[in-house]
Amino acid sequence: MKISSLFSSGGEWARNDGPHHQIVISSRVRLARNLRGHPFPGWAKKSDRLQALELIKPEVEGLSEMQDAYSAFLQDLSQLEKQVLVERHLISREHAAKGVGSAVVVNKKQTLSIMINEEDHLRMQVIRSGLQLRNAFKLIDKVDSALEERVDYAFHPVLGYLTACPTNVGTGMRASAMIHLPALVLGDQINQVIQAVNKIGFAVRGLYGEGTEAMGNLFQISNQITLGEKEEETVSQLNKVIEKIIEHEQNARQMLLQKKPGTLLDQIGRGYGILSHAYSMSSKEALNLLSFLKLGVDLELFPAECQGTIDELFILTQPAHLQRGSQQKLNPEERDALRAEIIRDKLSGFPKPESSKVSVPRPPNEENNDE
Amino acid sequence: MVCDVCKNNQATVFLTQIVDGKMQKVNLCEACSKEKGVTDPTGFALADLLLGLGAAQEIEKGASGQRCPACGFSQADFKKTGRLGCSVCYDTFAEGLGSLLKAMHKGTSHVGKVPARLLKSLERDARIKQIRRDLDKAVAEENYETAALLRDQLRELEHLT
Repeated sequence: MKISSLFSSGGEWARNDGPHHQIVISSRVRLARNLRGHPFPGWAKKSDRLQALELIKPEVEGLSEMQDAYSAFLQDLSQLEKQVLVERHLISREHAAKGVGSAVVVNKKQTLSIMINEEDHLRMQVIRSGLQLRNAFKLIDKVDSALEERVDYAFHPVLGYLTACPTNVGTGMRASAMIHLPALVLGDQINQVIQAVNKIGFAVRGLYGEGTEAMGNLFQISNQITLGEKEEETVSQLNKVIEKIIEHEQNARQMLLQKKPGTLLDQIGRGYGILSHAYSMSSKEALNLLSFLKLGVDLELFPAECQGTIDELFILTQPAHLQRGSQQKLNPEERDALRAEIIRDKLSGFPKPESSKVSVPRPPNEENNDE
Repeated sequence: MVCDVCKNNQATVFLTQIVDGKMQKVNLCEACSKEKGVTDPTGFALADLLLGLGAAQEIEKGASGQRCPACGFSQADFKKTGRLGCSVCYDTFAEGLGSLLKAMHKGTSHVGKVPARLLKSLERDARIKQIRRDLDKAVAEENYETAALLRDQLRELEHLT
């Protein structure tokens, strides 16, 4: 499969129709594996890396899940193509920086992607829409079992699967969910939630994982423990944590509707106004405002069919997706102008938020409004 | 905002790092950020960044000046990258890693999935041990017929390995 056909259709997870899709954007499970007797990619010489790649790539491409897959060496991809893969969460930012000696294989549905010679020899992940951690784990476990018949993994009788970074040793598994929490942010409760989640051994990160900022009220929650706990146990614990957070977010939404309907409506209205009339828009601003439109759909201030447009814009306004259509490289200002243009265009048929759905109490004394 | 390095171009990359509990902010333009390798997070003291401050010192205590016999990796390399060199490193630096893993995870031994192939060989090892015990017993009891049978079984199993 060619990269152009991969890019022409969005991934399954971006369709946003999985369970709990209003709050949970996607679920991911990844496994880290290494070959026995080969140095880890970060420390290996180029010839070692090429040797490992030669051993692994044909086996990955031979997996039954990888029929009709998209497969490429990293050095054959342009900067822009790599960035598009990052924005789709099919490769990591770290992998995008790699060249000769690394590769990526993605299945046709874009639910399974396998990075070769990232930080570990193998980084394989399944990504699904909504809250589907158990399904994602089942599939990646199956792929791993099929691969281990053909590839000799580095496995330690006490420490389990050995990984380049000791934070991954044991199961080599990282399960995570991307969740949208605008009401917890608006209600100033998000820090409490983050602290509570951290306390029980889970990490909270921004949109693109480690070291990234939380934009658009999107957060990634993932396990940190990989040693001394069974995979199924970790997955079901994370599942419980996410279900709890969903509950908190839903409560926070109800609370805002009852106690601060004006603030809520104002945020959604401003988001709508700016997005549909701006002529320059950074990707950060776009994400933050789109977040409120998404909340507006969830609260039925916009018709349900608007959901698709918003989800599409979340991806389309990312820097690389934006540049894909244009011939030459755009500078940041040109990007911001193009982004605003695309958003204005997509929102042109969008109805105004239906404020009657939310009852806003009138200020008791109109004269005091100036203060 | 102007780039902190060249003081010329518009800054587009904003880096925030927490060092010793103090926040440090650097603003860079696209060209300077590439030059400084800011887009590549491996360039930083990742051992400390990922594993908490003092992680690199922890492993240092365990194996001062030692190098991994398989890949030549040293503790200084771990300090720099936060990653190990190869699977043998886990045994080479076992002492220092032990306390690190304990602090990071729930236990110090793996309880999850085991490759099926390994599971089979573990089972076979257990069976060989059992047959050896039975064989010793049979010889001690001068039960030579059984002993011969067990010896054949043992040969067959060991031949497979």
